[in-house]
Amino acid sequence: MDKIKLTIDNNEIEVEKGVTIFQAAKRIGIDIPALCYMNLENLGVENRPGGCRICVVEVEGRRNLAPSCSTVCTPGMVVHTHTMRVINARRTVLELILSDHPKDCLVCSKNGRCELQSLAARLGIREIHSVENAAVSTYKKDSSPSLKRDMDKCVMCRRCETMCNEVQTVGALSAINRGFNAVVAPAFEQRLVDSNCTFCGQCVAVCPTGALTEVDHTPKIISALMDPSKKVIVQTAPAVRAALGEEFGMAPGTLVTGKMVSALRRLGFDKVFDTDFAADLTIMEEGTELLDRLGRFLGGDKDVKLPILTSCCPAWVNFIEHNYPDMLDVPSSAKSPQQMFGAIAKTYFADKMGIDRKDLVVVSVMPCLAKKYECQREEFLVDGNPDVDYSISTRELASLIKEANIDFNSLPDEDFDAPLGESTGAAVIFGATGGVIEAAVRTAYEIFTGKKLDKVDFKELRGLEGIRHATIDFNGTKINIGIAHTLGNARKLLDGIRAGMYNFHAIEIMACPGGCIGGAGQPFHHGDGSVIQARMEAIYREDSGKKIRKSHENPYIIKLYEEFLGHPMSEKAHHLLHTCYFDKHD
Amino acid sequence: MNDIQLNKCQKDKIAEICGEFGNDAGELINVLHKCQGYFGYLSEEVQREIARCLSIPVSKVYGVVTFYSFFTMKPKGKHSISVCLGTACYVRGAEAILEELKKQLKIEVGDVTEDGRFSLECLRCVGACGLAPVMLIDDKVYGRLDSSMVSGILAQYD
Repeated sequence: MDKIKLTIDNNEIEVEKGVTIFQAAKRIGIDIPALCYMNLENLGVENRPGGCRICVVEVEGRRNLAPSCSTVCTPGMVVHTHTMRVINARRTVLELILSDHPKDCLVCSKNGRCELQSLAARLGIREIHSVENAAVSTYKKDSSPSLKRDMDKCVMCRRCETMCNEVQTVGALSAINRGFNAVVAPAFEQRLVDSNCTFCGQCVAVCPTGALTEVDHTPKIISALMDPSKKVIVQTAPAVRAALGEEFGMAPGTLVTGKMVSALRRLGFDKVFDTDFAADLTIMEEGTELLDRLGRFLGGDKDVKLPILTSCCPAWVNFIEHNYPDMLDVPSSAKSPQQMFGAIAKTYFADKMGIDRKDLVVVSVMPCLAKKYECQREEFLVDGNPDVDYSISTRELASLIKEANIDFNSLPDEDFDAPLGESTGAAVIFGATGGVIEAAVRTAYEIFTGKKLDKVDFKELRGLEGIRHATIDFNGTKINIGIAHTLGNARKLLDGIRAGMYNFHAIEIMACPGGCIGGAGQPFHHGDGSVIQARMEAIYREDSGKKIRKSHENPYIIKLYEEFLGHPMSEKAHHLLHTCYFDKHD
Repeated sequence: MNDIQLNKCQKDKIAEICGEFGNDAGELINVLHKCQGYFGYLSEEVQREIARCLSIPVSKVYGVVTFYSFFTMKPKGKHSISVCLGTACYVRGAEAILEELKKQLKIEVGDVTEDGRFSLECLRCVGACGLAPVMLIDDKVYGRLDSSMVSGILAQYD
């Protein structure tokens, strides 16, 4: 391929055709500031509207300044990224963006994590010139069970629009109006709850300001922990342990399972349990359902619904309910691990403790914002009392830990409590794309073939490619498996299935890029896709370090079936651990 | 707001218009123009139907409708009044004409009278600056206006 030679800040550099000035500069250690531009290269996610003009540079021979994010390199180009003209222009642009931005940074939920705030600090903005008494926009605020919108803080970077439309193909958000009144909003400026939003929260994950944020449940957690009449227990999702450390300055991919357990105990939770336990339970139920459908299919039953689709991801469940109402009988009826945990905690565990379910508060720590919506779904309430009372994000947990004067980095490693804290490696990998189906294969293979697996690692199911497929040999029976992460890729797979293009037996779908490790409740990646890769590696490291790596070998799961549930898909299991889906198509 | 349900005939018309443009999402603006020409305005239901026909999110349709000032989500009156606020008309007292119209019709710019007879819009220059100030009612141009003439002109329309 032809190489292009150019000069950036007196450094000669050679790049391939099509590379932008921004990308070229980055390769030689020149970090041009940007606001709207975002590129998660390893996930194929890019937002490049060229709208904010923060990344402008001077190109010799060009009259105006060039936006480096969307200007491709040409032969012999001479670029200057920090002339006084550039610096002055950048400051002016940022001052204009700030001129109608609310100044409530002290109490903004993005305080300390805001890209606009960091940029103002980096560019040394100390006052906003020339626009005294500037108009400040006042849009109505919007709150849903998961996400909050405060469009006064929108800077029209349009990252959320890219995530919602191009990556997720949900299409809930679009730029509306023009000029000063332009914001991103659902159609007809509906509330998010009335729109087709899935609450995946990827808009929140990329929003550079406090315009899109999560609903904060930390005050409710504090109240519950203060209430002497309540027992408060907590469950932690697998992806949290691979990311929480980032909030305390640790490198991405640092596993902090033991410290997280210590911190939760010090916060005052009566029991520190693990959603991973419920993930093992999910495999028992979902795996049995897979084998049941598969058995009927191989036996010649033409009505059986295959492929079976995983149902752990609440944003994905919302997506199918909104967009594929004719396919609601295809996903597994198994509840998500969060909800399975809640159902078992408020029956089996509450009975064991001899307390009423109303006096037991179940808190979940999730990498996810859709989980906040999921736990409020009506079908997961018993006499108005939810199986899971509050779901908080990885970020909210970090805030609680900091607030409670806990020096996270120096905490000792502690173990989860029994009985709902024991889990296997199969459960840990739920946190990464492909993990649920790999966990299901580990169990389904042994039950189907009656043989022990030589190796439990199915590397063909792993990776960050958007749509993957593999065929696993179940002792002569070929099982075709599909995997998709992001809802856009899910849509491609579903459309293919509808059109009869594929002959998959089982498919795993996760709404967020990379799976739960890239969830909207995780520490902000600020546009660095390598963070998600590092978390993925951590998840598989945790798995390989586990003594037990197959869900059906979890001794506490075996005991739970013996003492309480009977067997997978028993009547009791069906009642407590399975659900159904609703047509939300408008 | 515009929660009027479309009947089958109206839905068929939208499908027909979208079909003329090959149900191509790239033709959204042309589809919107034609639909507004047919229905007079772009109600929420019309936008939802267009989104279905073109297989795009309704938020995109709404985004385009709110971006271009030509598109309107409010029904037009039987007679459409446009007051020119171009430079020539403005300096010769167009604002007073507009105020008089608002007072007489009891509506703001962009609205329709309660009886549905008139809707009121502003525009910039109709190329009749010699007659300033100017207004249009439907296709008829009224020039050299002063506010005392307004009620007499309105009375000519049923």
